[in-house]
Amino acid sequence: MTFQSQSDFGTPASHATDVVTCTIDGRTVSVPTGTTVMRAAAEQGTNIPKLCATDSLESFGSCRLCLVEIDGRRGTPASCTTPVEEGMVVHTQTPQLAQLRKGVMELYISDHPLDCLTCPANGDCELESQAGAVGLRDVRYTKLETPLETHLGQTKDTSNPYFDFDPSKCIVCSRCVRACDEVQGTLALTIEGRGFGSKVSAGLKSDNFLGSECVSCGACVTACPTATLTEKAVVEIGTPERAVVTTCAYCGVGCTFRAEMRGEQLVRMVPYKDGKANRGHSCVKGRFAWGYATHKERVTTPMIRASINEPWREVSWDEALSYTASEFKRISDAFGKQALGGISSSRCTNEEVFLVQKLVRAGFGNNNIDTCARVCHSPTGYGLSLTYGTSAGTQDFDSVEECDVMLVIGANPTDGHPVFASRMKRRLRQGAKLIVVDPRKIDLIHTPHIEAAHHLPLRPGTNVAVLTALAHVVVTEGLANEAFIRERCNWDEYQDWAAFVADPKRSPETTELLTRVPAADLRAAARLYATARNSAIYYGLGVTEHSQGSSTVMAIANLAMACGMIGRRGVGVNPLRGQNNVQGACDMGSFPHEMSGYRHISDTDARGLFEADWGVTIDPEPGLRIPNMLDAAVDGVFKGIYIQGEDILQSDPDTKHVSAGLAAMECVVVHDLFLNETANYAHVFLPGSTFLEKNGTFTNAERRIQPVRKVMTPLNGPKGQGMEDWEVTQALAQAMGLDWHYTHPSEIMDEIARLTPTFAGVSFDRLDAEGSLQWPVTEAAPHGSPIMHIDHFVRGKGKFIITDYVPTDEKTGPRFPLLLTTGRILSHYNVGAQTRRTANVAWHPEDLLEMHPQDAENRGLKSGSWTKLASRAGETTLRLLVTDRVAPGVVYTTFHHPATQANVVTTDFSDWATNCPEYKVTAVQVSASNGPTDWQEDYEELSERSRRIVVAEAAE
Amino acid sequence: MNSLDRLVLMANQIATNLATDHDPAGATARHIARYWDPRMREMIKAYVGSSLTPIAAEAIAQLT
Repeated sequence: MTFQSQSDFGTPASHATDVVTCTIDGRTVSVPTGTTVMRAAAEQGTNIPKLCATDSLESFGSCRLCLVEIDGRRGTPASCTTPVEEGMVVHTQTPQLAQLRKGVMELYISDHPLDCLTCPANGDCELESQAGAVGLRDVRYTKLETPLETHLGQTKDTSNPYFDFDPSKCIVCSRCVRACDEVQGTLALTIEGRGFGSKVSAGLKSDNFLGSECVSCGACVTACPTATLTEKAVVEIGTPERAVVTTCAYCGVGCTFRAEMRGEQLVRMVPYKDGKANRGHSCVKGRFAWGYATHKERVTTPMIRASINEPWREVSWDEALSYTASEFKRISDAFGKQALGGISSSRCTNEEVFLVQKLVRAGFGNNNIDTCARVCHSPTGYGLSLTYGTSAGTQDFDSVEECDVMLVIGANPTDGHPVFASRMKRRLRQGAKLIVVDPRKIDLIHTPHIEAAHHLPLRPGTNVAVLTALAHVVVTEGLANEAFIRERCNWDEYQDWAAFVADPKRSPETTELLTRVPAADLRAAARLYATARNSAIYYGLGVTEHSQGSSTVMAIANLAMACGMIGRRGVGVNPLRGQNNVQGACDMGSFPHEMSGYRHISDTDARGLFEADWGVTIDPEPGLRIPNMLDAAVDGVFKGIYIQGEDILQSDPDTKHVSAGLAAMECVVVHDLFLNETANYAHVFLPGSTFLEKNGTFTNAERRIQPVRKVMTPLNGPKGQGMEDWEVTQALAQAMGLDWHYTHPSEIMDEIARLTPTFAGVSFDRLDAEGSLQWPVTEAAPHGSPIMHIDHFVRGKGKFIITDYVPTDEKTGPRFPLLLTTGRILSHYNVGAQTRRTANVAWHPEDLLEMHPQDAENRGLKSGSWTKLASRAGETTLRLLVTDRVAPGVVYTTFHHPATQANVVTTDFSDWATNCPEYKVTAVQVSASNGPTDWQEDYEELSERSRRIVVAEAAE
Repeated sequence: MNSLDRLVLMANQIATNLATDHDPAGATARHIARYWDPRMREMIKAYVGSSLTPIAAEAIAQLT
């Protein structure tokens, strides 16, 4: 089969339910009201020539190529702007139309270079194909005596690391400008000038693409019908020859892409229009930042060493796996089976995660399994399961289309979840209102055509007090939805809760002193949320990564129930998950206290299912969480760990505690793409495979299970011996004597479905047929569940839980007067292991410390100054950025770069219920500095020393 | 901070956050039984210092 582009119906689908019927070229077609003639024709297989129309954008009607004739109407209307009417008779090809189109096309081509053979879009150019479609054979305007001003001969803008802008090839169809406006919502592009002088411009004339406000989402490149905006990879490699639909491995939005390939070489990732999470949109990470997969630092050979002071020795898979198995056996025999544990990864597939927890429970014989969700969304699991009965968001992303008020708490969607943020922005531009609760002035608050109705800039650590004050307003001003509460929730518990929040000491006026949120603003925000038709809460790690993370999640759940904002489209409680498979890793039983599907390990019936299926006895006691494992290691009773795809040394708080724990272990096995920071303390390195090299599934923030498909052979291991990560785990299990024989991840999913009620109807065949499924997929909901808790809560009656504000133990004082909070930036992802190994460093080469001008002036610091950031836990240095995005008294940084080591500074305080670290609040002092701290220097030396690899001598 | 001090801190934190429950000590004990591994529970049961809050101390006395 040859390569096919995604089908394009020219204009967006109409969502109307009533149908109209018309006749196009003698064939009858019925379409929803509001459908354009162009789209109706495309749906019956007639492609009307077009250039400025594409179905991801609203009709524009500028290119005049899509003209049609309609019986009884004068002239030749543009089919892209003419809606179908009942009984309409349309002709798409007549002598008059053919002549008009040729004339239009001739004008276009007169202003277009004719270097088609060497053009990167050759074979994938709409101008070329439409010139063919209209039968253009001659261009009369190329040899004028006085050449007109044209678009030809302009300089290419190659500043963006991923795509080129060649204005000479532009036909000024405005698709790029409209994509930036409508799809991405950044409005970075414009058409400047008039007539032949009309040119696409990124910002000011002095700006190039890189220096402009462009966020490099690629929407313009996808929309461009010519070679004007082309991926650099296509320029270098050529056009792709096949496409495989797969799922992005970056954030929890879970965009689906077409991996467009030439042989085993990835040419480009193009957002998939039928992807239900992203609806054809992408961000700079998923669209472009996949070069890490073949980065030179990727380790592709298994390695071992007896001590971390020795250099690494490259070995065969067999040697690495049998060494690991024998070390684990030795440790288990010498120190007891509780001395081993494992960490699964939110970056790996459901199937891989399931096998890692199975290895721990069935192979190690304990429940010492944890996952990186520990440090991000474990409070979500705890809070939502207690209040609603299940550990997941309540809505699908499409639900935002009916949302009237968005309450965004502790999330920065434009950076963390950019593709969903674009959908939020689209809804906000349509008139939905926005409330932001965040210590920092996030981009969403003030962005083109969007102005938040309320920004409540709370003091970090006072989330519960603010949410309780919101609830106070709802209850005391009579805004609670009592009918909903009486029907859906436990009324007695509601009354207890209402009495608690109504106490005057929890009013906005009283708590203002503590939260620093102006009471009047907070009252207005509460009224707006409570009285809208549909209000939805979106929250992120600014909610969970606190000592009261779980309480805040419950407070959010309470507020939504009190206002009846649950159980239909447009409302709900939506945790924005950090990593691609956080939801899946949690679903798969990665927590030490529960098995897949959130069943507690003490549940005899559930445990019995697994015991019967696996033929082992499972320990009924909860195991250790990551921080507990590290404590146990320091205590000398925890000695060996298998870490798949997580860099706990860089991502977990209080780096010194993590390194002390790791250093106390005797066998640390790191299974990853790169020698990450944790690998500095590892004894075995098992090379991993990227998402391009494996089959499996990821589950995104809306519980959507989506296929990940292998497009190239795994690069890890000696040639021909590359293994997908689930195969590595299986090989390790086999080396430890377990009788596992999976031949494909679909068999693992079958096992998951067999043992997990909410996954009962999931299989690879069903996923291939439906594209994706949102769990629960059961007999009652065979096509999945886009919205949860529709008629009743999963737990039966919704449970109001009283959440009292408890201040964190992390306090500011004379020595540490500022509060540090942390977050991330658009161009980087988590610890940056992937994105730092791509051209994304062009946007963010280092972590910066944001500080309010007043605090900077008090300390004599300027933007660009080297500063020392010190807390009770440790100190580091980084450069300063003076900005009023942060309030006085608050500083902010990201943790994408290992040299910064922001987590040297964060403390080991954590959420009371789940031990999720309190990343978002650290008392710090900032002062001028003239170089790296001792820790940074020592650490760099350790890193270099521990990354040495002995080159194997050639065999005799 | 050593492991035992951390467990004391954790127990106090749980107790403080569950103080508004109808049965704070019982809720704290159930939480600890549900989420702590046996060794951690043994360590806190064996704790003889005076840093536990009254609710936490009562909860730990209830642990089986």
